[in-house]
Amino acid sequence: MFTYRSMVAGAAAAVLAACVTTDSGSPAPTTGPRLGRAATPQEVAAWDISIPPSGAGLPAGSGTAKQGEDVYVAQCQACHGTKGAGKPADPLVGGVGSLATANPVRTVGSFWPYATTLFDYTRRAMPPTKPLSLSNDEVYAVTAYLLYLNGIIGETAEMNAKTLPQVKMPNRDGFIDMSRK
Amino acid sequence: MERKNRIAREPDSRVPAGDPGKSRKIDRRTFLARSAGVAGAAAAGWSAPDAMAQGLDVPPWMQTMGVPMRGYGQPSKFEAKVLRPTATGYPTVTPGAGASRTPLQDLEGTITPNGLHFERHHNGVPDIDPAQHQLLIHGLVKQPLIFTMAALGRYPMTSRVCFVECSGNSGPNTVNPKPPQVTAGAIHGLVSCSEWTGVPLALLLNEAGVEPGADWILAEGADAVAMSRSVPLTKALDDALIALYQNGEKLRPEQGYPVRLLLPGWEGNMSVKWLRRIKLTNGPTHTKDETSKYTDPVPGGKALQFTFELGVKSVITRPSFGMKMPGAGLHEITGLAWSGAGRIVKVDVSVDGGATWKEAALQGPVLPKSLTRFRLPWEWNGSRALIQSRAVDEKGNVQPTRGAWLANYAPPARYHNHSIQSWEIAADGSIANVYL
Repeated sequence: MFTYRSMVAGAAAAVLAACVTTDSGSPAPTTGPRLGRAATPQEVAAWDISIPPSGAGLPAGSGTAKQGEDVYVAQCQACHGTKGAGKPADPLVGGVGSLATANPVRTVGSFWPYATTLFDYTRRAMPPTKPLSLSNDEVYAVTAYLLYLNGIIGETAEMNAKTLPQVKMPNRDGFIDMSRK
Repeated sequence: MERKNRIAREPDSRVPAGDPGKSRKIDRRTFLARSAGVAGAAAAGWSAPDAMAQGLDVPPWMQTMGVPMRGYGQPSKFEAKVLRPTATGYPTVTPGAGASRTPLQDLEGTITPNGLHFERHHNGVPDIDPAQHQLLIHGLVKQPLIFTMAALGRYPMTSRVCFVECSGNSGPNTVNPKPPQVTAGAIHGLVSCSEWTGVPLALLLNEAGVEPGADWILAEGADAVAMSRSVPLTKALDDALIALYQNGEKLRPEQGYPVRLLLPGWEGNMSVKWLRRIKLTNGPTHTKDETSKYTDPVPGGKALQFTFELGVKSVITRPSFGMKMPGAGLHEITGLAWSGAGRIVKVDVSVDGGATWKEAALQGPVLPKSLTRFRLPWEWNGSRALIQSRAVDEKGNVQPTRGAWLANYAPPARYHNHSIQSWEIAADGSIANVYL
């Protein structure tokens, strides 16, 4: 737990530490002037667009593959090809089951471990000519369409804040966690 | 009026006797033409000299007024060929998604000029007004905070020299079945080194107050993909820097102006540029780049997630592809070494494809997680040679051969290649990239 008192204590330690140069030859300060202003919950909500595997922060709205096909054709197909086949940009479909073969094909469907990543990235970055322009319903729908094309969900399955995190991606267990080595 | 620039002098012994006029192939007519710029001065009573008539051997720029001062300096026009080679994956779709590489073979020392620092963007360089840009720290903190750039500029700062290297650096040597015949920079130039200055991230996190349960952060940029990566909190509290300056000046736009995250020694993609938001989280967010791109497939179909710390590495920058040995005799073999784990302690150089090695001199100061220059004098006898460098860091990590490195990964082995580079010098002095 962090308290203002502990910060003052930390500052005293920092004065001593400041006498010691770091690896790179410059002392690293450990206390600052506290110039950040408090962010309101509304501000945080308006800025926070990242969606973790738990789905926390997924917005209201929903969509199905059927609805998503229209979004895909209008917004995505010119770069990602018919039905996600790719060219000129990355293919989004296929390769499921190919990763252990001599010709692995890594796509959203075959490689990505979490469906939430697809929603997150589509919303923040696509289409590249106008990122953050799709409605939440459109992002849910086009996410559903790509999951459907990859054979992961049915054509009428509705993706929303509750159902999307429950989607089990084919390569969910395909990663070896090296982060705690 | 007497000519003020007359130089009284004795006959110059440096000028070949008996042929004083031919030491520079510039005739009097050329001289006069080039002196046109001083016509104004001449009209005021200052006349252009006739150096040739006096038997002087001087270049024209000694007899012409120089260019005046300017607000921001530029390299000599004679260095115009020293450029970053650029490449885009999808030029018609996203011309700003791609990379440019530092021309390592054209540079010396260890600090990369700001205009030649490598770039890797996912949808171009945003044009950010620092007066409107803010940094939000939120998530598992006691108090979410918003910092203006003016506020960050008032914090106590620290500087450190360190490299930034893209995960995809040196990929051309592992994804191509045949060695690409391109420069050292075109292969290994997704690494650059600068003195970065800014506010320790730990300081800002302490002000927000880290809540129990937070063990990662999510860092997000304000570019047109809102590039985002997860970083373990331990790194954020260790040596992470909220960088505002690069080699003394404000960050260049392509390096994250007005503020970027800097994680010394870790894959460059994580040092999120144009930083707008840091969220403290429980577990990683699994953003697109940390799942689909910068994971390392291994034999058997699985992939390593994550590879943060960059491996010990070196490359000979001279002699290297694109140069030609001017002849047998004494040459300097030089290059760069670095490690994400800390300091370089040793670089060995081989001129016989790894059969024998000789220790190179390391040029100080040798800084941790920083480019280190090595040098070795070499008497080239004019016959075929295979030159390599092999770095060792303070943790005892030894740079692997290409074959040993590749054995750990499954194709395409695109990321995190830190294996030994081999250059073949032919008897005619030409230099090729080879796989050994």
